[in-house]
Amino acid sequence: MNSLFTPLSWDDTGYILTGVWNTITISVVAIVAGTLLGMIVGFARAESNKTVNFLFGSVLDILRSVPLIIQLILFSTFVGAIGHPMNPFVAGSIVLSLYTMAFMSEVFRGGFESVSKSMQTAARSLGMTYWQTIYHIRFPIGLRAVLPSWMGVALSVIKDSALVSVIGYMELLRTSEQLISRTQQPLEILIGVGLFYFIISYPLSHYGRYLERKMAI
Amino acid sequence: MEYEFHWNIVFQKMPELLSGAFVTLHVSVLAMLLGIVIAILLAIAKMNNSKPFCYVATVWVEIARNTPALFQIYMAYFGLGAFGIHLSPYVAVLSALVFINAGYLTETFRGGFQSIPSTQYSASKSLGMTSIQTYRYIILPQMLRRIYHPMTNQFVWSILMSSLGILVGMSELSGTTQRLQSLSFRTLEFFIVAAVMYFIITKLVLFGASLLSRRLFKGEI
Amino acid sequence: MISVQNVHKSFGDLEVLKGVSLDVPNGEVLSVIGGSGSGKSTLLYCINAIETINSGKILVDDVDVHSKDTNKDKLRQKLGMVFQHFNAFPHMTVLENAALAPRIVKKMSKEEAIEIAKKELEHVGLGDKFDVYPTRMSGGQQQRLAIARALAMKPDFMLLDEVTSALDPELVGEVLDTLRLLADEGMTMICVTHEMGFARDVSDRVAYFHQGVIAEIGEAKQVITEPQNPLTQKFLSKVR
Repeated sequence: MNSLFTPLSWDDTGYILTGVWNTITISVVAIVAGTLLGMIVGFARAESNKTVNFLFGSVLDILRSVPLIIQLILFSTFVGAIGHPMNPFVAGSIVLSLYTMAFMSEVFRGGFESVSKSMQTAARSLGMTYWQTIYHIRFPIGLRAVLPSWMGVALSVIKDSALVSVIGYMELLRTSEQLISRTQQPLEILIGVGLFYFIISYPLSHYGRYLERKMAI
Repeated sequence: MEYEFHWNIVFQKMPELLSGAFVTLHVSVLAMLLGIVIAILLAIAKMNNSKPFCYVATVWVEIARNTPALFQIYMAYFGLGAFGIHLSPYVAVLSALVFINAGYLTETFRGGFQSIPSTQYSASKSLGMTSIQTYRYIILPQMLRRIYHPMTNQFVWSILMSSLGILVGMSELSGTTQRLQSLSFRTLEFFIVAAVMYFIITKLVLFGASLLSRRLFKGEI
Repeated sequence: MISVQNVHKSFGDLEVLKGVSLDVPNGEVLSVIGGSGSGKSTLLYCINAIETINSGKILVDDVDVHSKDTNKDKLRQKLGMVFQHFNAFPHMTVLENAALAPRIVKKMSKEEAIEIAKKELEHVGLGDKFDVYPTRMSGGQQQRLAIARALAMKPDFMLLDEVTSALDPELVGEVLDTLRLLADEGMTMICVTHEMGFARDVSDRVAYFHQGVIAEIGEAKQVITEPQNPLTQKFLSKVR
């Protein structure tokens, strides 16, 4: 008689790769969308007055002060409750992107504010228009300044994407969890999963720290 | 389609939610305290360059920083099972959080320590202070100011990440919420209340931290 | 008296002091001038035992500074030191900065330490800044705080390492005035300095350092206005 559990085999490769692929997909979506939204919101906050800033800030604050996992559950339950259920990928992408945006906007705001008024005045004195100043001076300088922090946020998004499993998205950790319950070989599978994240994250985090050091000088 | 909110059931279960919130705070505080102690040791090991310790510290820090928290929790909860170690959900989440906090705080402490200019040591020495006095009155107080803010953030992070307890059946705030909603099917209501509670907890922690910092640190750096 | 006897000091392969000998009797103000890297600041650090020496001997009131048996923390209480970068303790008020060492090193009571600190701060013209944090003050004020902080330990000697080099030009005067005041009161001082006017007018003697040795030493006015050594002449013609 067959045992209840079957060991890990080469046939599982495809299943694992799907998990890997899904983790990468949703991370990239969230990083790209979160970066673009964060850039816009960050710029708006750097430019706008106190009241607007406070309103923006409060919404972003909520996104940063409620656990991601709760946000995921709430959002997917909510869209279901109002009769528009979404597939886990779409729901997960939306929540993760907004969550990323909340952190990215702070990063970009800091970057834009770091471009000194005197540099902007200098640019304007050369006859550049407001938008030219933004395009040629504030964006290039501000964006370069935030690169290390941007990397930090992007890396944490890759790691946080694991949480999308809670609404049923088959990313890497969820596929591995299912393999674990079938094979009862938690250690081998988890070490493999950990290695995957480590191999992606470690070089990037070192590069980020290298950039930080280089820029500090 | 209209969704009708029913809040009564949630308010009836408030005591259970609150005790869940207490477990959340409990596990985060403990994870922070243990994390700090270990991070101090790891930071010393890393800075001393004594080979085997330095190596252990580096590996610890890099794994903690470069793998997801959920992975750490699964490792503690399922992975250790391979060695016959079966941790309760609480201990699994606690050890994962301690592991990660220690990893991040090691770098915080090291950075804070290295950010004190060496001239502060010569100035203290020139006044006749012993090494212990120099650390006690000059170096550590300045270091504490610099690491205070990152430490506060790490604590808030711990509170939010302890919500992963939901995935291993821990009865902290999220886990409790999950259990209660599955009995009543008022998922939205329960999780909205949980979200508000997390928000309040983190705001209270940040508020308390800034009050404390105003009392502790009168000057500026 | 501070007595430096044939001191050699290297950092790795680089020998910065190549046999320096020098006596500074009590009450004298000695200015040390010279180009950067000539070893003049290193000498101060060696006198204060913050740096070790390779050979030779430094005596402060007949105590061998670098002997194993010497309690260096105790010795440093005699030697007040002020640095180029003010090195105020940024987390303490001006008064706390000045009162800390008397209290914890000399074990004075809090009241006593505060009284001494207040007196020395008034001495350097910071009587209205007790509760200010140093980062809120100008460089000149921070440097005067550093002087008061050293004076509060009632040192017998003051070692001053280019104390005006990091200051904006308009702030140099107030610090030099403070040093002039100390000189008039009879404090024994060794000042490493780039201020030739100060060296000429305030100090008794001037020593010119060149590549780790004293190229010329003599009465202040004479060394600054009529240097004998061609190296000194060349240096002075450049800094003027």
